[in-house]
Amino acid sequence: MSKLKEILVTPIFSNNPIAVQILGICSALAVTSSLKTAFVMSIALTLVTAFSNLLISLLRNHTPSSIRMIVQMIVISSLVIVVDQILQAVAYSISKQLSVFVGLIITNCIVMGRAEAFAMQNPPIPSFVDGIGNGLGYSAMLMAVGTVRELFGSGSLFGIPVLQTVNSGGWYQANGLLLLPPSAFFIIGMFIWLLRTWKKHQVEKPEFRIAEQTRVQEAV
Amino acid sequence: MSTAKKETTGQTLLVAFLLCIVCSVIVAGSAVSLKPVQSANKQLDRKKNILSAAGMLPAGAQDAAGIDREFQRFQVRMVDLDSGEYLDEQTLGGRPELDPQRYDQIKAAKDAKLSDALPAEQDIASIKRREKIAQVYLLEEEGQLKKIVLPIRGYGLWSTLYGFLVLEGDATTVVGLAYYDQKETPGLGGEVDNPKWKALWPGKQVFDENGEVAISVIKGTVNTDSPDAVHKVDGLSGATLTSKGVQGMLRFWLGERGFGPYLGRIRGGQA
Repeated sequence: MSKLKEILVTPIFSNNPIAVQILGICSALAVTSSLKTAFVMSIALTLVTAFSNLLISLLRNHTPSSIRMIVQMIVISSLVIVVDQILQAVAYSISKQLSVFVGLIITNCIVMGRAEAFAMQNPPIPSFVDGIGNGLGYSAMLMAVGTVRELFGSGSLFGIPVLQTVNSGGWYQANGLLLLPPSAFFIIGMFIWLLRTWKKHQVEKPEFRIAEQTRVQEAV
Repeated sequence: MSTAKKETTGQTLLVAFLLCIVCSVIVAGSAVSLKPVQSANKQLDRKKNILSAAGMLPAGAQDAAGIDREFQRFQVRMVDLDSGEYLDEQTLGGRPELDPQRYDQIKAAKDAKLSDALPAEQDIASIKRREKIAQVYLLEEEGQLKKIVLPIRGYGLWSTLYGFLVLEGDATTVVGLAYYDQKETPGLGGEVDNPKWKALWPGKQVFDENGEVAISVIKGTVNTDSPDAVHKVDGLSGATLTSKGVQGMLRFWLGERGFGPYLGRIRGGQA
């Protein structure tokens, strides 16, 4: 049982898919300008990763290796379409805001990465838990970035005003940069820095050393 | 199952085939079974937008029934934009694509049969094609025309803004302007959704005494003492291009190629 717990918890901080593996950055930039969209995206991605891992793991002994990537893609894209359809039916306004990004879960490297790296070699239950864990790791990062962006970018959390902005007659001059996608780069970068200060083992060894500068020598 | 058998061509084809069948059934099943709920959502969303532009959104619980009841008060009419006349039942009867319940104006604008290409000098809203027939929503109380809801759209800085302009029964005074779909810069152009900015619109006059389009979105703040303050609205600070887009689309849709002829008929008491 402790093995399953480890599979579940490790991806959240120690091996976070966004902060350590640097996967799934695209959607992390796009949907984090408000917490509501980040939250729905997190749930959608966690469900897709978990169930795609489960299904791919169930199929792993029957999948010929020559078409395994295609099999993974078909399973993942079917799940994503189903999630997208459900969102359009039950949460129409949020699905309008998320627009193409739900569809783009198909190309999210986390889903495919976990399918190929974990689900192809492990039994269904651990694979499912691994999918949940990685989904939660992605979610944790998205919610953290979303909190910073929405709080300082529009002065609210989950759409509820916290800091009264100047535009609505308050005192807080909102930081417009935080509402634009590039700001998520800075915020993710800072979170990676914090995480590596806390968990030193994540710091990678430099791949090469910069050679010493050559010096001018006097001709003899 | 042995690995040897798993890798044969026959097995590969079989797995691929079965997987495709199962997945397509799941995908098609979910799409078909959820379709009615999804289209109901879209309809509800459109009604909600119209009501919110007209300032008639029921306060508190916004359930489907409440919105439907409020929306029932509107009459849906089809207008021929060039002549400004309503299309009667007879014309509509023969053309199922113009069924008011199902007519999609934005789709019609992309259909060569239902729209005209706009020459560049007329296209001040940057919409490229304009549909021949538009859908308007009228609110009548005791036989008096109270509100006219006109669908408008136009390009801002990054995106086409879709919205509704609501005029009073005199076809000149603004009741409200609201966008339901736009992807302008959040915090700058995106402030078209800010209630404070939207509150500047009610009471403005879109036409002058001669019936010319006179509304403009200016830079800075309108001097309320100036005689033409009723024709001017403050621009959005930091969003010059979005403000220009708003002005362009209002001028287009109120002008000759837009609802100009139709609104002219209403003002003349003909419609």
